[in-house]
Amino acid sequence: MNIAMPNLLPVLPEIFVLAMACVILLVDLGVKQNRFIAYALTQMTLLFAAWLTLSDFHSQVEFTFSHMFVADALSDTLKLMTYVAVSVTLVYGRAYNGLRGLYRGEFFVLALFAMLGMMVMISANHFLVLYLGLELMSLALYAMVAMRRDSPQATEAAMKYFILGALASGLLLYGMSLIYGATGSLYNNEVALAVMQGVESKALLSMGLVFVVAGLAFKLGAAPFHMWVPDVYHGAPTAVTLFLGTAPKLAAFAFVMRLLIEGLQGLVADWQGMLVVLSVVSMLVGNLTAIAQTNLKRMLAYSTISHMGFMLLGILSGALSGYGASMFYMVTYVLMTLGAFGMILLLSRRGFEAEHLNDFKGLNQRSPWHAFLMLLVMFSLAGVPPTVGFYAKLAVLQAALQAGFVGLVVVAVLLSVVGAFYYLRIVKLMYFDEPLDQNPIKAEADMQLLLSANGLGILLLGIMPQPLMALCIYSIQHSL
Amino acid sequence: MQGIPLLSLVTWLPIAAGVLALATGSDRNANYARIVALIGALTGFVVAIPLYTAFDTMEAGMQFVERKNWIEAFNIHYYLGVDGISTLFVLLNSFTTVLVVIAGWKVIEKKVAQYMAAFLIMSGLMNGVFAALDGVLFYVFWEAMLIPMFLIIGIWGGPNRVYASIKFFLYTLLGSLLMLVAFLYLYNRSGGSFSILEYHHLPLTMAEQVLIFFAFFTAFAVKVPMWPVHTWLPDAHVEAPTGGSVVLAAIMLKIGAYGFLRFSLPIAPDASHYLAGFMITLSLIAVVYIGLVALVQADMKKLIAYSSISHMGFVTLGIFLFNAFGLEGALVQMISHGFVAGALFLCVGVLYDRMHSRQIADYGGVANKMPVFAAFFMLFAMANSGLPATSGFVGEFMVIMGTIKVNFWYAFLAASTLIFGAAYTLWMFKRVMFGAVANAHVEELSDISPREFLVLALLALAVLGMGLYPLPVTEVMHASVNNLLHHVAQSKL
Repeated sequence: MNIAMPNLLPVLPEIFVLAMACVILLVDLGVKQNRFIAYALTQMTLLFAAWLTLSDFHSQVEFTFSHMFVADALSDTLKLMTYVAVSVTLVYGRAYNGLRGLYRGEFFVLALFAMLGMMVMISANHFLVLYLGLELMSLALYAMVAMRRDSPQATEAAMKYFILGALASGLLLYGMSLIYGATGSLYNNEVALAVMQGVESKALLSMGLVFVVAGLAFKLGAAPFHMWVPDVYHGAPTAVTLFLGTAPKLAAFAFVMRLLIEGLQGLVADWQGMLVVLSVVSMLVGNLTAIAQTNLKRMLAYSTISHMGFMLLGILSGALSGYGASMFYMVTYVLMTLGAFGMILLLSRRGFEAEHLNDFKGLNQRSPWHAFLMLLVMFSLAGVPPTVGFYAKLAVLQAALQAGFVGLVVVAVLLSVVGAFYYLRIVKLMYFDEPLDQNPIKAEADMQLLLSANGLGILLLGIMPQPLMALCIYSIQHSL
Repeated sequence: MQGIPLLSLVTWLPIAAGVLALATGSDRNANYARIVALIGALTGFVVAIPLYTAFDTMEAGMQFVERKNWIEAFNIHYYLGVDGISTLFVLLNSFTTVLVVIAGWKVIEKKVAQYMAAFLIMSGLMNGVFAALDGVLFYVFWEAMLIPMFLIIGIWGGPNRVYASIKFFLYTLLGSLLMLVAFLYLYNRSGGSFSILEYHHLPLTMAEQVLIFFAFFTAFAVKVPMWPVHTWLPDAHVEAPTGGSVVLAAIMLKIGAYGFLRFSLPIAPDASHYLAGFMITLSLIAVVYIGLVALVQADMKKLIAYSSISHMGFVTLGIFLFNAFGLEGALVQMISHGFVAGALFLCVGVLYDRMHSRQIADYGGVANKMPVFAAFFMLFAMANSGLPATSGFVGEFMVIMGTIKVNFWYAFLAASTLIFGAAYTLWMFKRVMFGAVANAHVEELSDISPREFLVLALLALAVLGMGLYPLPVTEVMHASVNNLLHHVAQSKL
């Protein structure tokens, strides 16, 4: 037996998160009374993992575990953003979970395992590793959605999520196996090489590609594979919705990068057309259906679908600058989603979920500051400058235009006017209407502070988008 | 004046003052908010004055230029500069802001800080629109100014304000997004530049020019507004509070016409010539048809709104004549209309504050009770109908002169505005002001306060001054207008 020890250095954050998840599980058993310990430990884990990632930031691509695991600028950047997203999620959700019996050790452990899954996805250089990460994340998420056992809605949502998620995983795995059959490898770079050199059966490869794209679309929540999104967003406890609407999107982006770009870039002409369809249908379905929603969580779910359509505009350009644009889009999308759901969590209290549109009526009279923050989030989602959402749209539209999709860009622009309507409606409710609900808005100082930073960050990045944009372009250019 | 970033100051000072006003918080500190706003508006105006006094009238190009890297990833610059066309609008806007702040002093009682802040921030953003020389920077200012206006109409507006504000926003957004696509197209076409001045010299095929022209057209025609995309304006005007109407009429509409001058004409000169007939037709329809529509309005604000559309038809007509008379006439008309329409909306505001009605039928014989006010209103009504010695005459006369050179029948139709304009304005004036006192409410009216007097007197001076001696205005624009005409006359094909 002569097995070389793999280089563990690039995997250190993953190992650390895994170890800490187990430690927190055990510690929580011991101190059932004080959940704060588990919470604090989780936050410290995130902080330390961020330090680990930062201290070993890869400007060069590095492989380990016999090339199955890759650490590069893209993976490190996305992981750092994932830590931030998860950490913010936990802060926003703390009070909410506390009042609903969800402030339990399991929540933190599941969150960490889900995050570990995302990290593995982000760093996978092998289709099976990618799949493993995806399943680790998904299983933890299913459980999180179902954590509120006494709520029929949450149970239903978890069931739907699980069944449709399993279906999508099946599609994905089947597609991967077909690609394996055609190319003889599951390594991203070897698949890419085989595609470049030409395979014997193009039909097999194309078939595999179709399944893979369908699976990806499901995980992203792009129409017509979006059925689960509204129900899960709506049914899950808001803190969990916030979780699964943010960090996993970053992982899903990495997933698309690793599979489609690193693995199947050679088939760009084939998947480009598919992504065009997915993008248009997503923007169409998402924007039009969102208008009819009265539940804010559902509305945001449909808005997610349309945003995924927009994000795809950058990827389907098939150019590095386009991928950078899409990454920028995804990151800003996560930032905005954090703000939007954070506000819902802020307005919710014991026994009251502020998820109906009317719950936002007259917010400007109840609290001008929070109304202003929500205004920024809404205008950013609508893509109106001077918020960061505008530059995200600008970047992906530019990428698509550069690739020659003039008609597609015009369609996207017209549909984003439709989208602006329902975001404006929230602003209208907050500013033009009288409040229905006169309860004072109470929140912990840490949440207040973070939410303010979140909202102002959207404005600040709108005035100075260069650093984030440069970071996204850098990570793409130094990794692919 | 070397070294002082004047254009940044006129843009960011009002915005900073707005944020400061916002920080005064609740209505208990309303007076602080008002004072901060007034100081902000006044300093904004004061820093704008050197843009006129230090302006080199011989220079046709951009002056007071500032250029810094902003977003390197897309080669976007923080690039400001004004020429003889835009500098006047910066001044007009800064001046109007002062008036609006004074006009809203007492009238606005709820959410004073937010009201004042919205106006100041909007003022700064609009200065940014006129000064921006980078496509994305222009777009950012252009879109961002929608947000305060949306809130102004929606929060302090009339009963149907929600409908009006959302219609206003979506209409404008639709137009501007197509403009964004045009910018992106030009960015790719020019090999990665958003500089507007570079676009002026970018060779483009006719097909490209026509498409780009229409993309810009949707943005600017909605803003002007040109017939048939004008329907948002009467709604917005009627529902907006007085200050909102004033800014809308005095500045925001001008931004659309300014856009034609800065973008459509120089970037797509061949398409502009090719489509001039189309543009002139739309303009004449606005002048004549909308003038007739104004005649039958029962609501004073609606009447002035339609009158604005009709007058703006004059402006677009002047622009697409491609001669110096037409173009300078259009610019003078824009500035004049800024004063006159602003003043008329303020007059209606004065009445509305007292009677809470804008219906002409609710008034009658107001002149008996408010003689000073009646005198001001008379002057502005006359200016609106284009009476010589008021600013309204100069612009209309110049445009008609320019039109005659092109086609007699165009001029004939355009000149009909002198009749229609006089008819609807003076008929409204007669019904509201003259005759016997109509009802008990009119009986109780009191004449204008010193504050209102100040605002109207400033505008009256401007209207008369420009009417009697327009040279200070025209000499500023002269070099730039000639330069633009020279540029447009050269084919890019």
